[in-house]
Amino acid sequence: MYAYDDIDRAIVHERVDEFRDQVRRRLSGELTEDEFKPLRLMNGVYLQLHAYMFRVAIPYGTLSSDQLRKLAHVARTYDRGYGHFTTRQNIQFNWIALKDLPDALADLAEVGIHAMQTSGNCTRNVTADQWAGVAPGEIEDPRVWAEILRQHTALHPEFSFLPRKFKFAITASDHDRAAIKIHDIGLKLVRNDAGDTGFEVLVGGGLGRSPFIGRTIKPFVAGRDILSYIEAILRVYNQYGRRDNIYKARIKILVHELGIEKFAAEVEQAWSEIADGPLTLDDEMIEDIRSRFVYPAYEELPAEPDELRAAAGDARFEAWRANSVAPHRQDGYAIVTLSLKPAGGAPGDATAEQMDAVADLADKYSFGEIRVGHEQNLVLPHVARRDLPALWAALDGLGLATPNVGLVSDIIACPGLDYCSLANARSIPIAQELSRRFANPDTAALIGRLHINISGCINACGHHHVGHIGILGVEKNGEEFYQITIGGRADEGAELGVLIGPAVPYGDVADVIEDIVEAYLSLRQRPDELFVDAVKRLGVEPFKERVYATR
Amino acid sequence: MPLVKNGQIVADEFAAVADDAELPAAGSVLISAARFLADPDSLAARNSPLGVIWPNNRDVAELKPWLDRLALIALVFPTYKDGRAHSQARRLREIYGYRGELRATGQVLRDQFTFLVRNGFDALDVRKEADAHAFGEATHRYTEFYQPTGDGHRSALQLRRQRHLTSAS
Ligand code: HEM
Ligand code: SF4
Repeated sequence: MYAYDDIDRAIVHERVDEFRDQVRRRLSGELTEDEFKPLRLMNGVYLQLHAYMFRVAIPYGTLSSDQLRKLAHVARTYDRGYGHFTTRQNIQFNWIALKDLPDALADLAEVGIHAMQTSGNCTRNVTADQWAGVAPGEIEDPRVWAEILRQHTALHPEFSFLPRKFKFAITASDHDRAAIKIHDIGLKLVRNDAGDTGFEVLVGGGLGRSPFIGRTIKPFVAGRDILSYIEAILRVYNQYGRRDNIYKARIKILVHELGIEKFAAEVEQAWSEIADGPLTLDDEMIEDIRSRFVYPAYEELPAEPDELRAAAGDARFEAWRANSVAPHRQDGYAIVTLSLKPAGGAPGDATAEQMDAVADLADKYSFGEIRVGHEQNLVLPHVARRDLPALWAALDGLGLATPNVGLVSDIIACPGLDYCSLANARSIPIAQELSRRFANPDTAALIGRLHINISGCINACGHHHVGHIGILGVEKNGEEFYQITIGGRADEGAELGVLIGPAVPYGDVADVIEDIVEAYLSLRQRPDELFVDAVKRLGVEPFKERVYATR
Repeated sequence: MPLVKNGQIVADEFAAVADDAELPAAGSVLISAARFLADPDSLAARNSPLGVIWPNNRDVAELKPWLDRLALIALVFPTYKDGRAHSQARRLREIYGYRGELRATGQVLRDQFTFLVRNGFDALDVRKEADAHAFGEATHRYTEFYQPTGDGHRSALQLRRQRHLTSAS
C-alpha cells in the first residue's frame, strides 16, 4: 500500500474544496451546464440515463480495508447501497445527487481516495496489473511507477485539456494482466543488458469505434527518463491530435495517420527539448515513493499446510481453489480472486454489506489489502495458504466464492442500456443470462479459460474487441442486435476479435454463444487447447458455419 | 473583457490593429501572426512595444528569432476545452526563454487560472467580470503541486527529495 503524506493529503482536500465551489456555482446558475461539464467530468461525474453517475479512482487497483469501508459508506449514504467495479479499476455509483457529491468526495478524501480525472479529456486513472507486487517473477513492483505517474498526471496544468481521454496501464510481468496493448500508453518494466530498470513504451492502443493494438515506440526508456519521455509524447499529442472530429481525436488515430516511425521522430524532437530537465527522476525521488509502499510482514509458512490437506476432500472448496487461488511470490501465501460474477448477477456489482465484509476479511486474512482487477473482480493479495479453507467458507457465505474466475461465466460487461445514455442495447441482462447458462461448474471446467466481453455500444467499455468472444450491442430499426467477434485477447499476445457474421437479435445471443462453445468443444485438438488458440488455428469459418447454418 | 495582469485588474495598454488597418506611428500594438511574419524584422525594429496574436495550431518555434523583441505574445483558447496553447506557453517560457508578457485570450475562465499561471501566463484576458475578481481566490486554492513547471513552485517530488536529504544529513 502507498501511504499518503501531507502533500498528497493537501492536494486531495484542496481538490474537494475546488469541486465544492464548482458545484455551488453550477447550482446557483453562475456556471452553465456547458461550462460545468468538462469540470465535472474531470471529477468523475457523468450525467447518465437516470441520474448523475460518480466514478471514483482506485489507482492501480490497490485499496486498503479502510478505503473499501469508506466506499461502502458512500454506497450506503449517498447511493442505493451498492457500487459497480469497472474495467478501469474504478468504482461507479449510479444514483448519486449532484448536491451530495462534494460531501461524498470529502468523506473519501479522509482515507485518501479521490475521483480526480476518472473521466474527461485528460490523463485518466493509471491502471496496473492487479497482482502487482505479489506475482512471482516480476521485475519489480510496478505500482511504485504507477504512483509516480499518478502524481505526475494528477491536475497536470498542461494536459488537462487534451484532444481526448488518455489512459495509461503498466505491468512488470511477461504475462500481461493489465492489457497494456489496448491503452494510449502501455508501459512494461524491463531490465536492459546493463541491469538497469526501464520501460518498454507502447503507444496508440485503444478500443472504441476504431480499435488498435498499441505499438512499441521505444524498447527501452530508463526509469529516470520516464516522465520526460511521457511528457514528450503527450506534448506531441496535445499539439497535433485531431480536434476537428471527436471520433478521430485519440492518440491511436494520430499514430496511425502519421505512422509509428514519423510519430516517434516527433516525440524524439519534443523529448530533446526537455530530456535531462526538471522532470528527470533521481534515486532519492524514486526511493521516497518506494519507501511509502508498505509491504506485509510475511511469516515463514509451509506451502502445503495441514488445513489445506484437510479441506482437499471438499469438492466445492477444491473447485473454487482451482480457479480462484494463484501462486504468490512468497512461499506459503496465495493470491485469491473474489468473483463478483455470481450466476444471474450483474458483473462487478458489490453491495455495501459485501464491501464491508470483504474489508473485514482483508484485515483478517490479507494484511488489510484488497485489489480491483480490470476483469471486474476483487483480489485479496496476501492470503496465507493455511487460511484458504476458512476464507473460502466466509466468502461462500457472502456470495463471493462463485468458482468461475477465468471461466466462461466470468464475464466483463459494461452498464449498457440499463444505465448508460450512449447505449444501443442492453449488456447486463445478456451477461446474466449467459452466466446462468454456464453456471454448471463441471461444464465450465470442461470448457476451460474463456473470456466473454460485452459492450452496449461501439465505445467498447466492456472491451468486446479483445474478448475471446466479444458481444457488441447495435441497434437496428429500434431493436437490439448483437455482433459477435471471436479470437480477441487482451494479454501479451493482444489481438482484435474477428466478426463471425451478421448481428443476431437479443433473444438469440445466448444460444449463439452456446453454439460457438459447443463447436469449440468438438473442434479442439486437446482438452488444454484454449478457445482462443483453437480460433487462431482454425479461423472463424467453422464457428461461423455452426452458428449460421441453422439460422 | 477585464485584463488581469500579475494578479491585478489593469487597463490594456495594447491596441489591437486589424490586418488591413494602418499601424499607428507610436503606441503599443497587437497584430496577427500573419501580419508579423510578412515583415518581422522591420516590425520588430519598431520603436514602440509590439505584440503578436499566435494561433494555437502554429509551431511557436517559428517565433524564436524575435522573442527578445516581442513585448507581448497572446495565445488563443478558442474554447476552454482546447488546451494547445498550454503547451505553447510552456515551450515559450521554459524552452525558448521568452520573458515578455504572455497573455491568454479567448475562453479564459476561473477554473483554469491556476493551470494558466503555472504554465507561464502572466496576463489573462478573462471572459467573465466575476471571474476576474475571483483571481486571487482561484489561484490560491492549491498550496502544493505534483508537477514541476517553470513557475518556480517546487513539485511534490522535489520537496520530498529535499526533506529526504535534510533528514539524512
Ligand atoms: C456509464 C457511463 C459510461 C460512459 C458514458 C462511457 C463512455 C465512453 C466512451 C464515449 C468511450 C469511447 C471513447 C473513445 O473511443 O474515444 C468509452 C470507452 C471506454 N470506456 Fe466507457 N463509458 C461509461 C462507462 C464505462 C464503464 C462502466 C467502464 C468499465 C466497465 C468503461 C470503460 C471504458 C473502456 C475500457 C473504454 C475503451 C477504452 C479505449 O478505447 O481505449 N466505461 N467509454
Ligand atoms: S460501451 Fe457504450 S453502452 Fe457500454 S458503457 Fe460504454 S458507452 Fe455505455
